[in-house]
Order: sequence, then C-alpha cells, then structure tokens
Amino acid sequence: MTDFMQLLLSGVATGAIYAMAALGFTLLWQAAGTINFAQGEFVMLPAFAMLIGMSMGLPLWASFIVAVALSILVLGAAFKKWIVDPMRGSGVVSVVVATLGLSIGLKSFVKASYSAEPHPFPSIFGDEVFKLAGVTISYSDVGALVFAGLMVVGLQAFLNKTITGRAMQAVAQNTFAAEALGINVKRMIFYTFAINAILVTVTALLITPTYLAKFDMGDNIGLKAFFAAIIGGFNNSRGALLGGILVGVLENLAGAYLTPAYKDGVALALFLTVILIKPDGLLGTPQERKV
Amino acid sequence: MKNVKLLSTQHMVFLGLALGALLLAPSMLKTYGLYLLSLWLVYVIAAMGLNLTVGYAGLKSLCHAGFMGVGAYTVAIMMKAGISFWIASPVAIVICFVLGLAIGFPALRVQLHYLGFATLGFNLLLVLFFRNEEWLTGGTFGIQNIKRPGFFGMTLESNTSFYFLVLAVTIVFGVLLALLLRSPWGRAFAALRDNPIRAESTGVNITAYTLMSFAIGAAYAGIAGALFAPLVNFIEPAPFGISNSLLFLMMVVIGGSGRFYGPVLGAAIALLLPEYLRFLKDWYLAVFGFTAVAMMIWLPGGLLSMKEAWQLSQAKRAAKQKQIAEAAASAGVKGAAA
Repeated sequence: MTDFMQLLLSGVATGAIYAMAALGFTLLWQAAGTINFAQGEFVMLPAFAMLIGMSMGLPLWASFIVAVALSILVLGAAFKKWIVDPMRGSGVVSVVVATLGLSIGLKSFVKASYSAEPHPFPSIFGDEVFKLAGVTISYSDVGALVFAGLMVVGLQAFLNKTITGRAMQAVAQNTFAAEALGINVKRMIFYTFAINAILVTVTALLITPTYLAKFDMGDNIGLKAFFAAIIGGFNNSRGALLGGILVGVLENLAGAYLTPAYKDGVALALFLTVILIKPDGLLGTPQERKV
Repeated sequence: MKNVKLLSTQHMVFLGLALGALLLAPSMLKTYGLYLLSLWLVYVIAAMGLNLTVGYAGLKSLCHAGFMGVGAYTVAIMMKAGISFWIASPVAIVICFVLGLAIGFPALRVQLHYLGFATLGFNLLLVLFFRNEEWLTGGTFGIQNIKRPGFFGMTLESNTSFYFLVLAVTIVFGVLLALLLRSPWGRAFAALRDNPIRAESTGVNITAYTLMSFAIGAAYAGIAGALFAPLVNFIEPAPFGISNSLLFLMMVVIGGSGRFYGPVLGAAIALLLPEYLRFLKDWYLAVFGFTAVAMMIWLPGGLLSMKEAWQLSQAKRAAKQKQIAEAAASAGVKGAAA
C-alpha cells in the first residue's frame, strides 16, 4: 500500500508537469490553429538556457528568470512572427511539417553547438526526502506538484476571471466575432504564445532534474504532452490537466506492476482507447466538420 | 479507339537518361558509393509509399520507419530460420499491409491531425518491441550477418548484383505506383485529399480508400525494409525510430508531396547530400531542419513546385503591372480631360 501511494504521488507530480506542456500546446491550437510538433524542443531549449546561465555563475532561480524572458522573446514572439504568422492560411500540413523541421533543426543545433551528452540538472526543491505515514516523499515531487498545480489553476483563473483572459478565449472560439467586438486579436494571440513560452520554461525547470538536460529530451516530453492534450480533450484547457495526470499516474503504475519495458507505451494505449471511444477527448466537445 | 500517350517525349528522354546513368553507375562507383546508391533506392521505395499516403491521399503518417523496421525484422528473422528471401519478403510486405490496415482504422475515427500522433505513438511502440523482445529481435544487439539472397542459382552476394536487384525492385514498384495513380483509384485518393466530405458525397468510399492508401504505403515501407536488411547485413532498432519517420515525411514534402518524383529528389537530399557535406557533421541536420521550415513558408509545394511557383509569381507581377498601367492610363485620360 505504501508502494502504491508513493507511485501514485510521484505519478501525479510527473503528470502535473506533462499537463503544463500539454496546456501550452492546447492553447496554441485554440488561439492560432498551430499544432506545434516542436513543443518538446520548446522544453529542451530553456533547460539548456538555464544550464548555460548556471555555468556563468548565476544561481538557479536567476537563470530561470532569464530563461523565462528569453523564452518569451524567442519561443513566443519570434516563433509567432517569423514562422506562424507567415504561414497563416497555408494549411495544417504545412504547419506540421514546418514545426517538425523546427524540431529537427533545434535538436541538431543543440547537439552540434553544445553537446550530445546528457547533463545533470539541479532540482530547485533540493534532493531531500521525508516520511509521512510510512510513505517516502521527495521534496522535489511535492514541489513540482504544487508549482505545476498553481500554474495550471492560476492560468484557469486568468482565462476565466480576467477581461484579458476572457478576450483570449473569445479569440480562440471565434476570431471574427472577437474582432467585431473590438478585441485586439493580434495582441491576444501574442499573449497565448507568451503564456506557452512561460509554461514550457516552468516545465523545463521541473522535469529536467529527472530527465537530464539532453538534446533529444524533448522527444519524450513532447509526445506525452500531445497525448495528454488529446486524451483530455484538445479544445478544453481543463482536459490537459486531467490527461496529463492520467498519463503520469498510469505510466508509473504500469511501470511498477506490469512491465517497465513498455512504460512509454502506456500513454499511447490510453490515447488509442480514448480516441476510439470518445474521439474528442474526455472533456472535449465535438467539433463540426466543415466542407 | 484513340491511342492515349502514356508519357511525353521529354519525359521519356529524361527517364532514359536516368536509367542509363543508374545502369552505368556500378562501373564508375567504388564499394561505398554503390552501397549509398543502393541505400538511396531503398529509401526511394519507402518514400514513394509515404508519398501515396501523405501526398496523394493527404493522410499524415509518422510511423513509416517503423513499418520499414517491421519489414526488415521479418525478413531477417525468417532468413535466420533458414527460409528463403523470396518467401520472406512477400510475407514482410503482407505483414506491413495488414499492420497498415490496423493503424489506418483509428484514422477513420479521429480528426486527421490526431492521426499524426497515433502513428507517432505506434512507431514508439514498435521500437520498444524491437528493443525489448530479445528472444525474437535480438534486442539492442540486433540481428547480425543477414545473408544476401540468391536468384535462380545465381548469388546476389556481390555489391553490384545486389544493387541491380534493388534497382529492379525500385523500377517495378515505381511503375506499379504510377499505374495505380493513373487508375480510378489514384483519382479517388486525390479526391480524398482535396476534400474528404465532397469526395464522400460523390460516392467515393472514404473508409475503403483511407485504409487502402495507408496499407499500400505501409507495404512499400515493408518492401524497403525487406531490401534494407540484406543490404546492410545487420539490423538494430535505431534506424527504425521516430526521428527517421519524421525524416521520411520531410523527404516527401521537401521533394514535393503529391508529385511522382518528389520522393526521389527528397531521398537524395536527405541521404546523398549529407555525404558530400560531411564536414558539416551534426550541423547538416540543423541546416536541413531549418531549411524545411523556410521552405514551408516560401515554397510549401516542395522543390519540384519551383517552376509553378515562379510562373505564379510572374503572372501576379504581370497582373500588377497591367493594373498600374491601366491606372496610369486612366489617370492620363482624366488629366487630358481636365
């Protein structure tokens, strides 16, 4: 039972981290129709940015802040301006191929310019563990869970309670109607990209201690984020949280009780089950097909 | 009945020259060069299949390297068990075809872009299988010393003779694909890509054609895999991973998706060009990736669409100049009237 509790807790913590990457992914899709296949690399880049920051003598928290700023600039503004905006109207396949190209390009760039080796990355919550009712709990799991939970809940509140957040949702639901209502659509879309940039940087901060900083670390994270997003429901931002936690927990339990060799296949199995039964995801609403 | 001309004279000349060059190549290349050329042809076969799925039928498939792996492992395992290549490779093709049907099925359930992820995940699962089921696949050590087949008593052990086998298979399956695309099926695939709902309402059986385009694409990957194993002599999970599946998609799109020679050009860029740009090392893939991004922005139809893109821009410019000239003329008329 204590084993189970331990697995459950660390599963929820990992799942909450997946949920953040998934949430950013869903937001981009809703606001700009961008399927970002480079989302995993968007997590990898800030990890290396923080690593470089620390090697220049900055403490972790300071390099995190620098990484957030850089991320908003590069993965938010530049990505939107130079890649997403010019491709408006050229179809989903082109965007998919472009972000795939971006993913290959970024990975190889880091491999060629920095290193092909995995680098250890410190946890911002330290390495200590404590015991509660016989269950060993690490501070970094609890920290990750709380941090990621706060991010997701905070973002929900922002989207639902503030005027800016509601305007962003309006843009996501119907761009033309939003524009007619006097919402500055371009700015709202930029905010979405900026929020995604913050989310991936936090994801990098929380997940890199376990994944290690490596040029191809994004492959796994990106895939888990996609699956989490689709399992929960692509057009519902609460779905990303549910999907992420489901993937994180089931993966952990399957790894311990069924077979560790196929741990990475759990997300796929869950994904296939969900889309066969409910193609729009657990919390998603059906979308009409247009001719 | 009127005789329908299959190919234009220009096209025939081009094909003749290309075939001549490919037939003469072994006498001009060293061992490694010939190996690369054979590998290129193997990739061309696989990419042709993906072009059918992606370029003609418009479905996103991201597990092509996985299918190729299934083909390669099937042939390797069966040949190790003493079964002839000529029996093993059709089996490999059939297995890939059936797997393609099985993966194509969820494609019918979900929105098209989900299919990309479903196939990506499937590829991940295949790699896990290749790596973990050591009793069958040799795990990370792979399967070594895969023999090259014989052909009616002749051995195809030498690099040159195996190259000719690969070339012959490429031509046969290239012609088959061309015939398929000219048949009503080819038109149905295009209808499926351009507008699935309209295609359905004009009587195209979407379900059947989606499954078929997927399964035939997978079967082509199976053929490529079946040739890959004896060509390289050694297989392990790495070449069949997700990154190579993505590379296959890039080959098709960069060459020109939905164009018959797109994969031929794309495979050359992804495979042969890096050999000449070796001094770039890891930078090559970085350049390749970023070039793909730039191409999707400025030339989404691929390299083979360059001519049309140029003509289009010329036509646009001409139209604009005409507009300016007309405006100037009408202004001149007004000026004269004043």
